[in-house]
Amino acid sequence: MKKILVVCGNGLGSSFIMELNVKKALEQMGKEADVSHTDLATARTEPADIYLGAQDIIGTLDDGSKEIVALENVMNIEEIKSKLDGKV
Amino acid sequence: MLDLIMRDILGTPAILVGLFALIGLVLQKKDIASIVSGTLKTIMGFVIIGAGAGVIIAALDIFGQMFDEAFSIRGVIPNNEAIVAVAQDAFGVETAMIMVFGMVMNIVLARITPFKYIFLTGHHTLFMASLLAAILSVSGLDGTLLIIVGSVLLGLCMVLFPALLQPFVRQITGSDDFAVGHFGSLGYFVSGTIGKYAGNKEHSTEQIQVPKQLGFLRDTSVAVSLTMTLLFVVVAIFAGPAFIETELSDGSNYIVFSIIQAITFAAGVYIVLAGVRMLIAEIVPAFKGIADKMVPNAKPALDCPTVFPFAPNAVIIGFLASFAAGLFSMFLLPLFGLAVIVPGLVPHFFTGATAGVFGNATGGRRGAILGSIANGILISFLPALLLPLLGNLGFESTTFGDSDFAIVGILVSWLVSLFS
Repeated sequence: MKKILVVCGNGLGSSFIMELNVKKALEQMGKEADVSHTDLATARTEPADIYLGAQDIIGTLDDGSKEIVALENVMNIEEIKSKLDGKV
Repeated sequence: MLDLIMRDILGTPAILVGLFALIGLVLQKKDIASIVSGTLKTIMGFVIIGAGAGVIIAALDIFGQMFDEAFSIRGVIPNNEAIVAVAQDAFGVETAMIMVFGMVMNIVLARITPFKYIFLTGHHTLFMASLLAAILSVSGLDGTLLIIVGSVLLGLCMVLFPALLQPFVRQITGSDDFAVGHFGSLGYFVSGTIGKYAGNKEHSTEQIQVPKQLGFLRDTSVAVSLTMTLLFVVVAIFAGPAFIETELSDGSNYIVFSIIQAITFAAGVYIVLAGVRMLIAEIVPAFKGIADKMVPNAKPALDCPTVFPFAPNAVIIGFLASFAAGLFSMFLLPLFGLAVIVPGLVPHFFTGATAGVFGNATGGRRGAILGSIANGILISFLPALLLPLLGNLGFESTTFGDSDFAIVGILVSWLVSLFS
């Protein structure tokens, strides 16, 4: 099973809500994945298959080897679905 | 037996919150594996917060001594994680009880009043519960009465603050799907209101080119390390090598010592954040699950960065304006005989940025700048006014950072004094 790590600056509020939305999106897509959330500093060293977060901060994780998913609107389930499509 | 239950089981906050998580998980009919791991992680989260507190207090104590030596006045750094970790020692049980029953009150109020908001920013619920426990204790309440009053007040905060902001949130997001649940609301409300009268929303911040380089400040551990290193080193230079190397550092170089203390503080905050994350990981989904069933048409009230993508330039402008106002206030505070509130990057970033987004939605550039300046002044003066009301907790070198904690603390303290 793929591991999706949802990231925000503090690893508390926004990433947590996004995690709930990602789980909802996966359910609607009929897919399964291991989803959890954390802060930017931890995400740098925590292994995952997909790193997902708001567009303005997730870019700082991009070191060329990570699979990054950047969201424009973190509350939009349709956007999450279309961007995860084919990756899980 | 009764003594064991009342004092050792219910009187140990870590076990108490574990028990709440256990009940929540059983009610959701989770499997045994999830129940065991969820309960253990919740307890562990609470224990981790305590461990982080030890690290933070050691570094803060040194900062306090250096600041006092340098300027002969008290310097206080507002940091929610730090003050809650410190307060947990004295008010752990009350905080845990108020947090859980406050969430119950939130659901009840959302169900029976027109304020249909479910406050999902779990760490802020915890912080507000901690503030209420401290303020009510200092005001002379205790036992069941304290928990009942605290829970009702917390429940009210959880629906009224999002309701206060909703007209602005509708303007920012162009929809009514979610609310902002973050206890910096007073600053956002003031910013939105200033923008409405002082600005012009046609001149939006989003038409300007703003460098994006400040994005790294959203990484809390970087922001905290950076501010603390700067603060520690500046204060260390004023305190002088003689004092630090003889009294505090045991001979090691005063600058190196200060940098290590600063990063130790940041490490403490990181530990506390990890604990908070574990603590709320089981509690918030259970809360949301129950709320979804009980209040069908409720709006989720979410953490403030959810509005950042709607005006990224206002985020940067708001942060800078708020921080500048915080620096300016730092020099004004002693003139009023108040403790010096040293501006922290974290509260100014998150609440200043959000105030910027609110001010921009109603008043464009001028709204964003003036609104965020107002926010910066509020989160400097209000925490200073709150300090004397916190009793022994007010003598720590840290305090609550965001505007609502301070205004609620001041109002509740005043109301209780009317009745006693």
